[in-house]
Amino acid sequence: MKEMLDMGMTITEKIFAASSKREKVIPGENLWLDVDVLMTHDVCGPPTFEIWKKEFGDKAKIWDKNKLVVFPDHYIFTKNEHANRNVKILREFAASYDLPNYYDAGTDRYKGVCHIALAQEGYNIPGTVLIGTDSHTCTSGAFGMFSTGVGNTDAAFILGTGKIWEKVPESMKFTFTGTMPAYLTAKDLILQILGDITTDGATYRAMEFDGNAIGSLNMYERMTLTNMAIEAGGMNGIIAVDGTTRKFLAEAGVTEYEIFNSDPDAIYHSKYSYDVSKLEPVVAKPHSPDNRDTVRNVAGTKITKCYIGSCTGGKITDFRYAAKVLLGEKVKVTTFIVPASITIAKQLEEETILGISLKEIFQNAGCIIAESSCAACLGGPSDTIGRSVDGDVVISTTNRNFPGRMGSKSSQVYLASPLTVAASAVKGVITDPREFFI
Amino acid sequence: MEKKITGKVYVLGDNVDTDQIIPAEYLVYSTSNPEELKKYGHFALSSVPVEKAGLPNGNVPFIKGDNYESEFNVIVGGTNFGCGSSREHAPLAMQVAGVKVVIAESYARIFFRNSVDGGFLIPYVCKEKLNDKINTGDVIEVDVEANQLINHTDNKTWALIPLGDVFEIVEAGGLFQYARTSGMI
Repeated sequence: MKEMLDMGMTITEKIFAASSKREKVIPGENLWLDVDVLMTHDVCGPPTFEIWKKEFGDKAKIWDKNKLVVFPDHYIFTKNEHANRNVKILREFAASYDLPNYYDAGTDRYKGVCHIALAQEGYNIPGTVLIGTDSHTCTSGAFGMFSTGVGNTDAAFILGTGKIWEKVPESMKFTFTGTMPAYLTAKDLILQILGDITTDGATYRAMEFDGNAIGSLNMYERMTLTNMAIEAGGMNGIIAVDGTTRKFLAEAGVTEYEIFNSDPDAIYHSKYSYDVSKLEPVVAKPHSPDNRDTVRNVAGTKITKCYIGSCTGGKITDFRYAAKVLLGEKVKVTTFIVPASITIAKQLEEETILGISLKEIFQNAGCIIAESSCAACLGGPSDTIGRSVDGDVVISTTNRNFPGRMGSKSSQVYLASPLTVAASAVKGVITDPREFFI
Repeated sequence: MEKKITGKVYVLGDNVDTDQIIPAEYLVYSTSNPEELKKYGHFALSSVPVEKAGLPNGNVPFIKGDNYESEFNVIVGGTNFGCGSSREHAPLAMQVAGVKVVIAESYARIFFRNSVDGGFLIPYVCKEKLNDKINTGDVIEVDVEANQLINHTDNKTWALIPLGDVFEIVEAGGLFQYARTSGMI
């Protein structure tokens, strides 16, 4: 114990220390953290507000309205009356408490998937603590901050007090070096890790990513890594701030923040190193994100659907990758393009390859372009676009392939990079994207 | 908190994720409307693959017919129980179905927190792997004071790991009750 007190701290430990107003924290101890942003959405917002009203009763008061951010994003484009009722509950709550950060569906304030919108709207602030009622809240950790998902009771408690109890996590370090080959994406890196450490390999721990290959990734690619930390059971994923982070933040209007870096003598639970030039495209086979195989080994597997979307794989970088492969091609199976946010949907119209917009590239290839939301990543109501049906074999850029996750219990889902999904769409069978890079 | 929980056990495998516990399409139901709440019980564990539903043989429905309550009130699982999404509807659905305690080798963090902070059920960790030593339908007793599980069907006793830091929250019945007892709110 005394030895640990003399040692340095990781980024995550430093943020825990700052947020709990302590000089030093040690993994395993439970602390009360001050929350900087609480984020919720249409699935968990209504029960969170209910618990908050019930538990605080007459004393119910939002601890800080400016720190509450509400994005309807899960079940938006559906006729399901219960789903629509949830959005209505958010709307009425936002109106009665005059919430400044509510992004209503059906209005020009609507943004799309919360984790991407948080980055684009300037809520991701290095050094801060962001808690959300969604397991993929860990995405924000790409900005050198602590972010994690919680349930409705914890969120209701934060809503009234601004505080959460949390155990200081041990940190695991994943270092990626070398130059990223054109056929490799951040999705391949995180699926590689998941295959190595399995779906509970980081339970209750922080996953810290570094190395020059991480430094070469743009913010959206980094968010793919931190996004899927939860798939290894991680409490959070985190990447230190650098020039790329600062530039993104400046464009999002974030100028003041505190930067934490891990000390050279910080203690890690374990360390993993990868040379990206030696990695190859991989998939997660049904029915678990850690069921890794090389695309090579499963090439030729017949598919019925391709899906490019979600907080994990529906970012502008994912569509740039996909468009590179789909330019001038035709898809052989139904292929869904679901931009994660309205901003990204607009970028699809603005960004071009050889003078053709990404949107036109997808349309010309025969893809179905859907409106921004979480859509079929998590199945959703029966009229959700792209939802898997019995017997489907889907290859998808999303994050989970548990039984029934994308809809039907008797469908199979392969998780892969946008390059692999686009290459597979063109061939109608799972295809190694390297076939398109020769 | 009940000190002794007696009942029939339902055995599951590793990595039972929250989509298996309560599929996302049902999360639209109100958690406060008593009639809609029953849907959560009715659909609890409805996406567990049939061959893994009620080990060792599988094919045991957790909920029969139109019921919303299960005949099983104790779950024995494997590793990484409750992995996946943050939906608190998962332990809620199990509670509505009548589950009082889960005993697993390990838990995903958010499911564990939700079970404790929401006061839905007791998430015990077993000292050794139990889902290959206990059968679905066995009649068992969980003694919360002695931290042990007694299987009345084969008269074996198994040790459980004490709840530790979270015991006070579990004992209080959830985070809010704990915070009120300790004067925090």
